[in-house]
Amino acid sequence: MSNLAIATQDLVRTYRTRKSAGNPSGAPVVALDGVTLDIPPGEFFGLLGPNGAGKTTFIKVLVTLLLPTSGSARVAGFDVVGQAQQVRERISMVSGGEHSGYGLLTVREQLWMFSQFYGMPTQTALARIDELLRVVGLYEERNRRVSALSSGMRQKMNMVRGLLPDPEILFLDEPTVGLDVEAARDVRAYIKEWIHATPGRTILLTTHYMHEAEELCDRVAIIHKGRIVACDTPAALRRRTAGGTYFVLTTEPLDGTAWVSQVPGVQRADARASDGRTELRLQLADDGVIAGVVKALADRERRIFSLQKIEPSLEDVFVQIVGRRLEEADEGGRA
Amino acid sequence: MSDIAQARGIRRVVRATLGRAYPRIIGANRERSWLFYDTILPLLGTIAFVYVYKALGAPDRFVGYVIMGGATMAFWMNVMWNMAAQFYWDKQGGNLELYMVLPCGIVPILLGMSFGGFVGTLVRAVAIIVIGSVLFHVTYTITQLPLFLLIFGVGIIALYGLGVTFASVFLMWGREAWHMAELFMEPVFLASGFYFPVRALGFWVGMGTSIIPLTLALDAMRQLLFPESHPALLPVRVELTALVGLAVLFIFVARQSLRKMEYLARREGRLSLRF
Repeated sequence: MSNLAIATQDLVRTYRTRKSAGNPSGAPVVALDGVTLDIPPGEFFGLLGPNGAGKTTFIKVLVTLLLPTSGSARVAGFDVVGQAQQVRERISMVSGGEHSGYGLLTVREQLWMFSQFYGMPTQTALARIDELLRVVGLYEERNRRVSALSSGMRQKMNMVRGLLPDPEILFLDEPTVGLDVEAARDVRAYIKEWIHATPGRTILLTTHYMHEAEELCDRVAIIHKGRIVACDTPAALRRRTAGGTYFVLTTEPLDGTAWVSQVPGVQRADARASDGRTELRLQLADDGVIAGVVKALADRERRIFSLQKIEPSLEDVFVQIVGRRLEEADEGGRA
Repeated sequence: MSDIAQARGIRRVVRATLGRAYPRIIGANRERSWLFYDTILPLLGTIAFVYVYKALGAPDRFVGYVIMGGATMAFWMNVMWNMAAQFYWDKQGGNLELYMVLPCGIVPILLGMSFGGFVGTLVRAVAIIVIGSVLFHVTYTITQLPLFLLIFGVGIIALYGLGVTFASVFLMWGREAWHMAELFMEPVFLASGFYFPVRALGFWVGMGTSIIPLTLALDAMRQLLFPESHPALLPVRVELTALVGLAVLFIFVARQSLRKMEYLARREGRLSLRF
């Protein structure tokens, strides 16, 4: 048995379709096209991609809602096809925009109902529900009907539902989609808190928010048209980007800038004059080189107005790999 | 595995069943408007038939017939709208995909829907009988109460077995679920003899409509309530035996259709998922 939390090998999932204007041949749609991934226990793993990239299909296969067309997938060491029951004993899932449960119940009743599906004794369940509601800041709303909750409150309640059975592996399918900034931040903060408080637990998060993946994930895979096109830590992915990290320095006007390139460790220097100032864009061998540049400017008695370190974002990584911005890929994505 | 205490096996099935029944028993009675919508409104249709019988000078027992039919109708409506069509609504809300990955499986969810639906509907059916009987001064003399309750119980099991079967089938039919539920309303009210003895349709028509468990259950219970005057379709004990057969049949078919539905859902993806 594998000791990985999640392991997939050449995972393929296609959907049969009917002939339509958009698909005149009626050819099967390939949602996952040979996905191979290993996720060790305790990792917060992000799957980043535009709508229609295959993120949700990937999660649905792993949680045993869909059968793979070919290839294999194991969760907590169990095969998702032949050992679905063992997988289900160890996982939980929360989706964004979810309206699960019944609006006529109160928050506490709703969560109690779900706790019963896992066989939790009522006293244990209620104590855990209250504890989790306090953590997500929903305790004061515990006796409010679910139908009266805002989207943000509802998603916090869904997070509590997902965490109630204390799963080994938690699947989060775009958990902050549709939430306002504050609610999304709260949900992210709680996810971070949970994984730190329960070491050994694994989270697989799908998202199409770059900043969410950067903020939360130990590793990120970029999925595009059903294929994993990159997979590494956010920092390592950023380093891959052409141009990498650079510094922008604004000084008093300089007569010439050829000397800047002579400073040891400066790989490239571009200068631009504007508003009576000079803006230097510097690519350096390492961050320490900037001290030499600053000293050289001081020797020339030039004042420095600003100094900025610019790192590429995952968005830049995505653009470089996929060739389009994420929003553009969303618009062109499969339905 | 989780560190949180969790029951397994039959204890988990019982907890999950009661958990799913909860919204139907407690939640559904939270809005007091149910008394009007689920009791008074259905009673209006029943009352209309009572006046028809009275205008025609029919024997008093027909008033009891109609009230009993009205009460039984509540169960049929519950089975069609809250059992057969429920998975369709659950799919729209996202519940179904959660139910399908529960470690307890989907059977306790269906048992809970059935149990909760039965208890909730029983309250409504009793309310219809009490209000109707008080309004029209109907009295009942049940000659064999244990047999009466047995027939009612077996009929309910067969009926909810049919409901579980429909839950899977309606899901496969997709968005037609609403129309299918509508289709099974008025024709069944007629064919099962909700407002009159089913024998009036003729013996063979009555036998044909006996595939719906309420037809036999209602006929047998009426025989026990009005032993002297009810034109029976079949003897009570034959109807009870047939009801047991239907219960076994529908539970078997329900199990098979559920397996089929679960398999199709995983293979096709379109049954349980909101894409």
